[in-house]
Amino acid sequence: MNLITGNDLKTGAVTWWTGDGWSTLIEDAVDAGDDAEAIATREEAARRVNVPYVVEAAPGPDGTPRPSHIKERVRALGPTVRPDLTLKPDDPQAIEQVI
Amino acid sequence: MYAYDRYDQAMVDARVAEFRDQCERRLAGKLTEDQFKPLRLMNGLYLQLHAYMLRVAIPYGTLNGGQMRMLATIAEKYDRGYGHFTTRQNIQYNWIKLEDAADILADLASVEMHAIQTSGNCIRNISSDHFAGAAADEVADPRPYAELLRQWSSFHPEFSYLPRKFKICVIASEQDRAAMRLHDIGIRIVGRDGELGAQFYVGGGMGRTPMIAPLIRDFVPLDQLVTYSEAALRVYNRYGRRDNKYKARIKILVHELGAEEYTRQVEEEFAHLLEQGVEPPLAELERIKGFFELPSPLRHSREGGNPAEGAVREESGPPDQVRGDGFESWARHNTHAHRNPDYVSAIVSLKPVGGIPGDATADQMRVLADLAEQYSFDELRVMHTQNVVLPHVAKDDLPALWQALSDAGMGTPNADLMGDIIACPGLDYCSLANARSIPIAQRISERFAANGKEAALGELKLKISGCINACGHHHAGHIGILGVDRKGTENYQLLLGGSEAEDTSLAKITGPGFDERGIVDAVETAADVYLREREDGERFLDTYRRIGMAPFKEALYA
Repeated sequence: MNLITGNDLKTGAVTWWTGDGWSTLIEDAVDAGDDAEAIATREEAARRVNVPYVVEAAPGPDGTPRPSHIKERVRALGPTVRPDLTLKPDDPQAIEQVI
Repeated sequence: MYAYDRYDQAMVDARVAEFRDQCERRLAGKLTEDQFKPLRLMNGLYLQLHAYMLRVAIPYGTLNGGQMRMLATIAEKYDRGYGHFTTRQNIQYNWIKLEDAADILADLASVEMHAIQTSGNCIRNISSDHFAGAAADEVADPRPYAELLRQWSSFHPEFSYLPRKFKICVIASEQDRAAMRLHDIGIRIVGRDGELGAQFYVGGGMGRTPMIAPLIRDFVPLDQLVTYSEAALRVYNRYGRRDNKYKARIKILVHELGAEEYTRQVEEEFAHLLEQGVEPPLAELERIKGFFELPSPLRHSREGGNPAEGAVREESGPPDQVRGDGFESWARHNTHAHRNPDYVSAIVSLKPVGGIPGDATADQMRVLADLAEQYSFDELRVMHTQNVVLPHVAKDDLPALWQALSDAGMGTPNADLMGDIIACPGLDYCSLANARSIPIAQRISERFAANGKEAALGELKLKISGCINACGHHHAGHIGILGVDRKGTENYQLLLGGSEAEDTSLAKITGPGFDERGIVDAVETAADVYLREREDGERFLDTYRRIGMAPFKEALYA
């Protein structure tokens, strides 16, 4: 599956394409399929996302999209060395799932 | 330390106003990211893995309590309560919002700080010895010369668009505590027949093609320092490659031309420039020197000598006090000889067991600011090893200082030991990284704290980079670790035998890499080989150089 990710212009936060907008939660991300590049270009031109690009992913054990590369998985969660600064500070398994 | 004059302040204030306008136009959609990116990078603002990252310049690593307190305020007000001290003696914030960036720069400007030239293909922050002006073994304080070069290189029109970034280091002692020969230009201030001059080493660096800078000029009179620097840069700017960013650093030019031919061209340019009168007047250097004079109480020891003049005094060594707790160990490992025997320079460890190397919370920064004002004549230094120095501490104050540092989690007695690991931000924060560095540092730190081998190992410099760009100086580690991407999985290469000191050498890869757990075991295996093979007085590096790679490989890949 093809996910589209980028950053929020004002905050720099990592965001994911949800089909009709952008979310900081990868759980909200959808497969953009073959249209991914075109959607990314369109959304950047509309200033709804900063520097978007397409990443490969596959459904994880719970059905949530799981990027193929660890770099994107770290982006999706936050620094593995600071669980308190991740998007799931109360989930002790979250970091293990990234690695 | 140096204080801005009205020109410095006006330049920095003008840059803040300019960047505020650029940020506003970007946020309003009047600038595209492609148009804005070079502008934000000129002000140290990167877009990293999780957010914008701001790199703040700390010239030659020197700052005062008020500046450190402002760094704490920024961490708390605009970031997530901490900052990361880097191997370039700077500080980085990892969670910056674009809409706050100009306000942050304005706050920095209010304490004579900025983020100018902390990115881009320009002359970056000048680095120096973290004990500069305090060390017993230096011929002069190198910081006035570093400051002169900072002023020369700031907004230098000819060198604002070099083939690649450019790093200069200035030291003034035989002992190299700043990785001088691993810079684009390394300058050592030396004494010769009663006169001070500068040795120029050009073309060093780490990254994907590590090189040790060769000596190209043994003695440049200090009233020609800027002129010679300009000649060295001009030849590079003219002939450095711009077709391939991986071959664009000056080390490649010097290597491809050969040091002799590069030197010939620099000398030719130097002769030409001498006629142009580019050197600032000596009065300016003298003005700068005035900012770096030792505080009055430091100029005289109790014995009545004047350590600021004449020959270097015998090393002052660790303090006389001996106590039955951790103080003795801290004082032995974390103090350095001061030119005044009544004082020492104290190393504040930002490497607690299992901690993140170089990270400090806002509260810890405030403690450092307070302690600098109370015990170190309002001075602090950031070390390239990602620790902090209080350069002028009276020996009598050391127990109280150690207690305060320990209470704040900064009293770990591990300077230059296994736990004093350099680690780049790695894949936890950096968009260039291939593997995580910090967790490896944490696991090694914990392993050697648990197995009790750290003290037995003695001086052992371990450095970890999460990619080939080598921000974690892995090439120069007695033990180095390089994180690589192997088919989407983190893998770690082990290197042995590097040094960034005066005996500079580049580490060599042992063989196939290891996974996250395996690399921690591998480091312990290498340490055990050293403990088994070492002879009296040998450091890890000495043993490696004597016995070579073979015994280590045999143990690692048995």
